[in-house]
Amino acid sequence: MSDSEFKASGQLADIAKQGLWKNNPALVQILGLCPTLAVTTSATNALGLGVATAAVLMLSNLAISLVRNWVPNEIRIPVYVMIIAALVTCVQLVMNAYLYDLYQALGIFIALIVTNCVIIGRAEAFANRNPPLLALFDGLMMGLGFTLVLLVLGGLREILGQGTLFAGAEQLLGPWAAGLKIELFTADSGFLLAILPPGAFLALGFIIAIKNLIDARLSRRTLRVKAQVERARMTTL
Amino acid sequence: MFHSMTKNGVRLALFALGCTALVAVTDHFTRERIAGQSQKQLQQTLGELLPAQLYDNDLSASCVQLRLPELLGDDLPHPVYIARKGETVTGYIVESVAPQGYSGAIRLLTAVTTDGKISRVQVLAHRETPGLGDKIERSKSNWIDSFTGQALMGDPDPRWAVRKDGGMFDSFTGATITPRAVVKGVQNVLLLLQQHAQELTQAPACQETP
Repeated sequence: MSDSEFKASGQLADIAKQGLWKNNPALVQILGLCPTLAVTTSATNALGLGVATAAVLMLSNLAISLVRNWVPNEIRIPVYVMIIAALVTCVQLVMNAYLYDLYQALGIFIALIVTNCVIIGRAEAFANRNPPLLALFDGLMMGLGFTLVLLVLGGLREILGQGTLFAGAEQLLGPWAAGLKIELFTADSGFLLAILPPGAFLALGFIIAIKNLIDARLSRRTLRVKAQVERARMTTL
Repeated sequence: MFHSMTKNGVRLALFALGCTALVAVTDHFTRERIAGQSQKQLQQTLGELLPAQLYDNDLSASCVQLRLPELLGDDLPHPVYIARKGETVTGYIVESVAPQGYSGAIRLLTAVTTDGKISRVQVLAHRETPGLGDKIERSKSNWIDSFTGQALMGDPDPRWAVRKDGGMFDSFTGATITPRAVVKGVQNVLLLLQQHAQELTQAPACQETP
């Protein structure tokens, strides 16, 4: 792999596109569904889990990329599992000590990150065959893609189920965030299905369908543009 | 074959050692701060439950342990924090469990002044249905404040039930089991303070919570 700057920047753009859209961990790889569906009952919860997952993903990608030349193929899975578990435990301890409010708000979600297949998935698919900085960037982009989907899913379910958006954001972001709460309508007990687990499956299904729709439309447009270009060429002949 | 097994085994052991060391070092450097944080959190939670002019002692430090399965909800010893002003006892904060929630136990913290009136109730942990049963949380609705100022009049007191059962507490649309369990749990705390006040003076002090 040559390190020419042009190629590197193209590579970075490609990694970003893969993580945010084309190979989005939640919409395309459909990895980490357990925390995704369990936690996204509100936009605040979704954001909290998304950011914590992104942080662990970046750390684990970096760590696994750093040791990739010392890990024989046969024992790579147990080594990755150990590294990820140790990192999550450390993140949990540090947050408990220095970011206590955030730790309280996220609670069990932090430990749940261990079970998120996105992390071992990226270790296998990217971090163990790429240099540390690229792996770190891949972790950032995949984490960002995951966070955005979680945020949309959490926001959708919160609006439908409770009529609010960003309720309780102050638990996650500090007192200033109390003003972020948007009350769209007051519901005694809104559209409950949205907050219950089946609502998570339905909402994720709709989001995936919308993404596929956009992809289909985009590819049709590029086809049409290509066809026009060809036709134009024929007339000049 | 045998050679590669040994080699891989040794590497795996080294990685395990490295990971364990990482966690051990992090634990060592954060342990003290974490203990301090949870202590601070406990003091803050307890402080919100009783009016500040009622006590002048450190609530989290004046704690006894009580084991009363039928009133506290499970077999474990529960902490009771005793508020004092000077030498006189002015109130109790009891940590108890309401076992009959819709999805298992609901952990409660109930503050009662010595005149038998409830000062405040706080739900510590629960697994009730989001959108229905979770209105027992103070952040979701003010239902839990309907206990404030209430006391037991007579035994049994028929007012200590949800409105559906002829009592004075509201229940939520679609969720009766949750408020019913909480009302019962809080009532049990009041009964405990009436019937077992003597035991509280002899109960052993709390051990350091892990």
